[in-house]
Amino acid sequence: MSAVADARGRGPSARGLCWFEALTGQPGLLASGPRTVRVADAPLGAETARFVAVVPDAVNRFPRARCGEVGLDEAWTLAHEVRRVIDADRNRRPRALIAVVDVTSQAYGRREELLAIHLAGAAAADAYASARLAGHPVIALLVGKAMSGAFLTHGYQANRILALDSPDVLIHAMSKESAARVTRRTVEALEELGERITPMAYDVRSFAKLGLLHRLIAGVAGDAPGAADVARVRAELTAAIADARSAPRDLTSRLTSEAAGTVRAASIEVRRRLAEEWDAS
Amino acid sequence: MSARPRASFIELSARERAAALLDAGSCRELLGPFARLKSPWLPLQGIVAQADDGVVLARGRIGGEAAVVAAIEGAYQGGSIGEVSGSKIAGVLELALRDCERGRAVRPVLVLETGGVRLQEANLGLATIAEIHAAIVALRRHVPVVGVVAGPVGCFGGMALAAALCSRLIMTRQARLGMNGPEVIEQEAGIAELDAMDGADVWSLMGGEQRYATGLADVLVEDNAEDIAAQVRAAFDDAAPPRTAQVEEFRRRLAGIDAQQPPSPEALRRLWARERQP
Repeated sequence: MSAVADARGRGPSARGLCWFEALTGQPGLLASGPRTVRVADAPLGAETARFVAVVPDAVNRFPRARCGEVGLDEAWTLAHEVRRVIDADRNRRPRALIAVVDVTSQAYGRREELLAIHLAGAAAADAYASARLAGHPVIALLVGKAMSGAFLTHGYQANRILALDSPDVLIHAMSKESAARVTRRTVEALEELGERITPMAYDVRSFAKLGLLHRLIAGVAGDAPGAADVARVRAELTAAIADARSAPRDLTSRLTSEAAGTVRAASIEVRRRLAEEWDAS
Repeated sequence: MSARPRASFIELSARERAAALLDAGSCRELLGPFARLKSPWLPLQGIVAQADDGVVLARGRIGGEAAVVAAIEGAYQGGSIGEVSGSKIAGVLELALRDCERGRAVRPVLVLETGGVRLQEANLGLATIAEIHAAIVALRRHVPVVGVVAGPVGCFGGMALAAALCSRLIMTRQARLGMNGPEVIEQEAGIAELDAMDGADVWSLMGGEQRYATGLADVLVEDNAEDIAAQVRAAFDDAAPPRTAQVEEFRRRLAGIDAQQPPSPEALRRLWARERQP
């Protein structure tokens, strides 16, 4: 993979940074740390929220994390930044955390494995989950790709997941090209499979059918948001924060949604029968 | 205790592993094969679904205390996590959490033998893995969550993150632990990056001995069922803070690495030498 093009030969996605800057009005560069993690506070409704994004950097010190991947530095920086918010708000109302998600994958590489990218990713997931348990509303806003280990690390621990209704918002366990190679299928065959088998699909409308999504935001320009688009997304984020504040701090909302009742019937049935057997002596 | 002294743990099935970790005679399986909770997605793709979806759950006792084991069967679909298998693990951890919150401690053990998410169930596999992460973080505040990676499959993908979230992690030399499997790295980054067929090289990066020597696993144990059960019991008496909460220590370690000239696995053992965690 070249440093400036992803597997489809396109440049790294600019969407994450575009939405981060649109929502915060700042580039969010850290005083020290990688240029790939952006952090800024910005008003949202009557409160101030902290926004976090992972973005590409063509000269990132780890070459396999230059195109928007979550690599070692990115994951540990996410963990550090999220824990900094938890510590700062220990004695006041916990701020909302907004994860702006456009992450193409975790970084694949020899040095990543040697240096324990699995631990780095887990530390970021832990920080987000700990923030949620400490009462911070954690909202993931999907504006581009939300892929695999990268999504687990940045966004999937959110109380509420929101997404733009856009063909460039893609959610999956593995990129199309990689999945095609691993399963020895063509990309076209995989796409056909996704049309029949909902969890195999990449597009956000199919993802919405799984019941994991709190809101699918339609009618917003994903690549070049105007003022009205930004205002619209802000309103959705504000509503999601209020919703999260009045609900349990766990992930149960993903199983109680109407869509989950249909497509995730097995997940619900497993838990129901498990609870019966757990208590039977 | 066991009828088979010096028995290999690696050679045991997931069901036998769960029984071997629980106190003798205390094992009671939950949602066993007769519950017939199978993957709804595999048959749609022409794959025969197994009646337990490759995860065995068992309640019992460890060191005399209430316990639960979730053991993944590596021989079925590579131990991959689908909607049902993932929900079984998340669900049992959620119930253990509920009991802990009511003042009834339950000792949770995860036996991880998995290539990660099951690609045939893609987004639902990934979603249940996120639920497993959430449950481990919540439960770990009440009781240590103990992970065992024995081999031969090892532990990869999102489940490697689950292993890293455990309070205590026990590995054998035969086990591997990594976010990306060697085949996937070779495919994505090329054979010059990593030759997945070169076992010695792969184990030098992510094998149990290397993970232990660099402080990324807590216990290195021989492949012996009794020894592993004893280490699991002991793990519940040792309340060290989980690695994923030691963010500043690991950021310091990573900052000391030259990304252009990364250390060899051997050199990393000196740089990240096992030390008592702060």
